[in-house]
Amino acid sequence: MEFHRPETLYEAHTHYCPGCGHGITHRLVAEVIDELGVREKTIATAPVGCAVLFYDYMKFDIIECAHGRCPAVATGIKRMLPDRVVFTYQGDGDLAAIGTAETIHTANRGENITVIFINNAIYGMTGGQMAPTTMLGQYSTTTPKGRGKNAEGAPLRVCELLSSLDGVCYLERVAVSTPKDVIQAKRAIKKAFENQLADKGFSLVEVLSMCPTDWKLSPEEAVKFVNEEMKKVFPLGVFKDK
Amino acid sequence: MTERILLKGNELLAEAAVRAGCRFYAGYPITPQNEIPEYMSWRLPQVGGVFIQAESELAAINMLFGASAAGARCMTSSSSPGISLKQEGISYIAAAELPCVIVNIQRGGPGLGNIRASQSDYFQAVKGGGHGDYRLIVLAPSTLQEAYELMMNAFDYADYWRNPAMILGDGILGQMAEPVEMKPYSPILNIPSKDYVLDGCKDRAPRVIKTLILKPELGLVTHNEQLQAKYRKIEQAVRLCEEYEVADADIIVSAYGIPGRIAKGAVKAARGKGIKAGLIRPISLWPFPKKAFLKAARTAKQFLVVEMSQGQFIEDVKLAIECKRPVEFLGKGGGWYPTQEVILEKIEQMLRYSKGAGQ
Repeated sequence: MEFHRPETLYEAHTHYCPGCGHGITHRLVAEVIDELGVREKTIATAPVGCAVLFYDYMKFDIIECAHGRCPAVATGIKRMLPDRVVFTYQGDGDLAAIGTAETIHTANRGENITVIFINNAIYGMTGGQMAPTTMLGQYSTTTPKGRGKNAEGAPLRVCELLSSLDGVCYLERVAVSTPKDVIQAKRAIKKAFENQLADKGFSLVEVLSMCPTDWKLSPEEAVKFVNEEMKKVFPLGVFKDK
Repeated sequence: MTERILLKGNELLAEAAVRAGCRFYAGYPITPQNEIPEYMSWRLPQVGGVFIQAESELAAINMLFGASAAGARCMTSSSSPGISLKQEGISYIAAAELPCVIVNIQRGGPGLGNIRASQSDYFQAVKGGGHGDYRLIVLAPSTLQEAYELMMNAFDYADYWRNPAMILGDGILGQMAEPVEMKPYSPILNIPSKDYVLDGCKDRAPRVIKTLILKPELGLVTHNEQLQAKYRKIEQAVRLCEEYEVADADIIVSAYGIPGRIAKGAVKAARGKGIKAGLIRPISLWPFPKKAFLKAARTAKQFLVVEMSQGQFIEDVKLAIECKRPVEFLGKGGGWYPTQEVILEKIEQMLRYSKGAGQ
């Protein structure tokens, strides 16, 4: 079996740290876009956060948005060009903190878009501050004693939160920390795009991803952290499939 | 014969936008501009357009960012506190050089203020408003006929210059009704083809719309210089104002929007009393019609600025005449508006003082 670079990926070295999950997820998205043959009709949003340079790696039209506003921008594009494939690629701070309102209302309107949501339980680009998904007891540069239930509250579970909304078509939480997880992640991402092509409404795939740098772990330890800690707080699986 | 109809200002602005080809509206309710989203909610679907009541002003302006990137003529509207919320998105749209039209039907501020008419968002509209060095093309109608025409022109300016344009009105303009000749839309500029639109990269290289500029090291400096060069061109091309009885005037009254209209009445009344008064009413607030002021400052002895705010517009008048003449002020924020009588009284008072000083 030959290993090809997906047509959707530019030939470029990413700026991501060793052991980061963005590279794997980028590749999965690119493979799915290739397989569905939709590269030339895809328009994506780039987030504020580690993946802001998404457009340096992805070979389709991209608009870079203000922090948290990707779903609103995607709404504007999709409503004007309903036959194009529109998706957002967002981190946890973007999607579940500063952009919570946009996320919930875009989902609730049932906008026919796809959301790829990277949850690594930390703010990566700004240097390791608490994310809305940082786990109880987890260290960050703004929770030096670990996230506390009373002061900071428990982490936000996005799939569970959105599952009550009628407008949502599909929600699945996956990981990219084991080969088996990566295969399942690709299946979920593909389904989230197929739903859009079938005009089925809002689909979101939450991807548990590694951030060795800001977790202060080695890449190997970071994989273990996802498998042993994150999956406990953020159980994998399908939360909605209409 | 041109259609002549009676509409509320807010509804008229919405209808003018639709006639100018606006096909996307997103907004959030706020008084006194609610007739705009209400009108758009039924009117846009009639022409195949999209109306969205957004969850917030932030979402609304960012929906415009997307719709504009997708090539649509698009607009949002709000009133003062809501326009503050939109500033983030406006900065991004200006930085990305995308067209859109924003309507501000101003109310009293600061804070939640009140819902009476005001002009206290002048600085915010003409000096930037959001972060970074950018400009909006700001147009201020004083009658509904003018509002109808400027609303259409705003889309042309926005598309031609690839820049957000703003209609700066106030609660009076939005809520009043007067008959308007509904002239058919006719573009005032040759709009270039939209070669930046994100519609899928079929048969072309992928396009990126972004405002983060990290490379080369001074790339953002260059980008800023290019924006400034564009703004200088706009300043040469757009400088709209009404001049009335200026040539032999001893005293120039200046006001924009609704007070501009009231001031014109005061100038007419002053002329009736034999007072040599004139009016300069800026229609484009940015670019500011500086030359008309500078020219008038050569002959007029003094200026009177009237505004429904605490002294914002007056700064641009003083700058425009390079402080060559004394400038008196008549204005209040918070929902006060001038009457013709109050302006006339002020004109007469100014003349008495200047004669007194000459004795």
